[in-house]
Amino acid sequence: MSALILIELNGPEVSANSRAALTAASQLADSVDALVLTNDSSHANAVASMNGINAVKVIVNESLEHANVEVASKLIADVMTDYKFLVSGSSTYSKNILPRVGALLDVQPISDVCEIKSSNTFVRPLYAGNVMATVETSDETIVMTVRATAFEHAEDGGSATVETLSPAMPESNSSFISLQESQSERPELTTAERIVSGGRGLGSKENFVMIEQLADKLDAAIGASRAAVDAGFISNDYQVGQTGKVVAPKLYLAVGISGAIQHLAGMKDSQVIVVINNDPDAPMSRMADLVWQVDLFDALNELNAYQV
Amino acid sequence: MKIIIPVKRVLDPYTQARVNKQTQQVDLSNAKMAMNPFCEIAVEEALTLKEGGAATETIAVSIGTDKTVDTLRTALAMGVDRAIFIKTETELDLQPLHVGKILANIIKREEAELIIMGKQAVDNDNNQTGQILSGILDYSLGTFISKFDISSDSKSVEVSREIDSGIETRKLNLPAIVTVDLRLNEPRYASLPNIMKARSKPLETIELSSLGIDTSPRIKVVSVEESGTKDRASKQISSAEELFTELNQMGVL
Repeated sequence: MSALILIELNGPEVSANSRAALTAASQLADSVDALVLTNDSSHANAVASMNGINAVKVIVNESLEHANVEVASKLIADVMTDYKFLVSGSSTYSKNILPRVGALLDVQPISDVCEIKSSNTFVRPLYAGNVMATVETSDETIVMTVRATAFEHAEDGGSATVETLSPAMPESNSSFISLQESQSERPELTTAERIVSGGRGLGSKENFVMIEQLADKLDAAIGASRAAVDAGFISNDYQVGQTGKVVAPKLYLAVGISGAIQHLAGMKDSQVIVVINNDPDAPMSRMADLVWQVDLFDALNELNAYQV
Repeated sequence: MKIIIPVKRVLDPYTQARVNKQTQQVDLSNAKMAMNPFCEIAVEEALTLKEGGAATETIAVSIGTDKTVDTLRTALAMGVDRAIFIKTETELDLQPLHVGKILANIIKREEAELIIMGKQAVDNDNNQTGQILSGILDYSLGTFISKFDISSDSKSVEVSREIDSGIETRKLNLPAIVTVDLRLNEPRYASLPNIMKARSKPLETIELSSLGIDTSPRIKVVSVEESGTKDRASKQISSAEELFTELNQMGVL
């Protein structure tokens, strides 16, 4: 039984999501191939050097720079005739494409797998992770996305063969216009080791700068509660929670966040949780490994001034 | 242009999901239910298009037992023109592939050109139905959209998609399916007069069994458990120095 992983690139590099997908696929199948859809054939080399890949299949076309979902899903579905499993990391890239592949193969995809129990039984979150379900599929072909926080990220050290496929490019009824990339020198929220997150307690957009300063000091990503996003302190790509991003960093430092259910659901698997808040009864405090009950501006000033 | 808005009835998102250990299911008996928040945003967008003159008719569709009518009435009270209720005799474990096939049937029958729906339902969190539906119908697809513009000739839409690396803007030729993200708009509340008015708006009932779609489960839920938010030690600290010392000892810096 063989598995195919759909590679997601970060520029020329293989994403952490795809490295997690490789680890998950290796638990399912004896042989794992990788599929790269790209506009630049050299991208296949980075994929081939991951440890544990049998062969890299690459399809190169201008239109694949910004993966057109209608084209990509058709190309993937055609390649899948040789495989039992299709695995990709949970990201907007694969969540966009894989369900459509499922439809073309008449398969019910499985989202956000956190644990592989057997070749047809998986654990996945419902209700934003408040409930974990063990599910068993009866589909012959299995299509799934896996949480990058739940699987080791495969390392380099391999030298897989690279095979270029040249299928006819499917017709498309959509086109790319532009990409406005997030301008951030900071680590990406969903894969960051450390996150400093701010809530409504910050009071204003101007005050939120103090969160950014602390994040830079700790080489951390910035997060925010929905209340902070709704109040306009920071843009929505930073929202952690049920309706935002689900994170599980080594360190989650929450400042001025009371801890609504939907926020807790997005960060409860963090290794160490630190809460800075002046409200001892906030639900957030019960989740904390460390609690600093203090005026949050005093705390941020002290932390930002502290010489590490 | 006719717009279809599929909507789902879910556990109220501000309610904690509880597992019934006997049935190995999330306990929804006596639970407060609501329209999936992403569906509310989809309804709002459709209504805005109708009010702006770009849409001729807005139709909400939902699938489930009789209780599902409540959710359709909510959509009607918000301002949707009419509703289609796909009725099931019992609570079925309908999965996105089934829902996609059912919706595809209705969309073809109605000849709708634009389908606006939530990017995911906050119960099963699959984030699949719009994508699957687009594959079944071979329509263009725009997922996770936070901005939406219809072309002046009504032949295409321009959407901004919230993706991990930023905001991607694409042009989709119609017919198209878009799945909406949180930032698209702020859904309206249904006013009391509109709630009253919704009672007399058209609501068509179609028996699911009459559509001839195989709804046997592809995925079986073996067991569920609450992962909950476990309380932690909550050690009190009182200075930056203490915090950095602790974090160093824990090896997370």
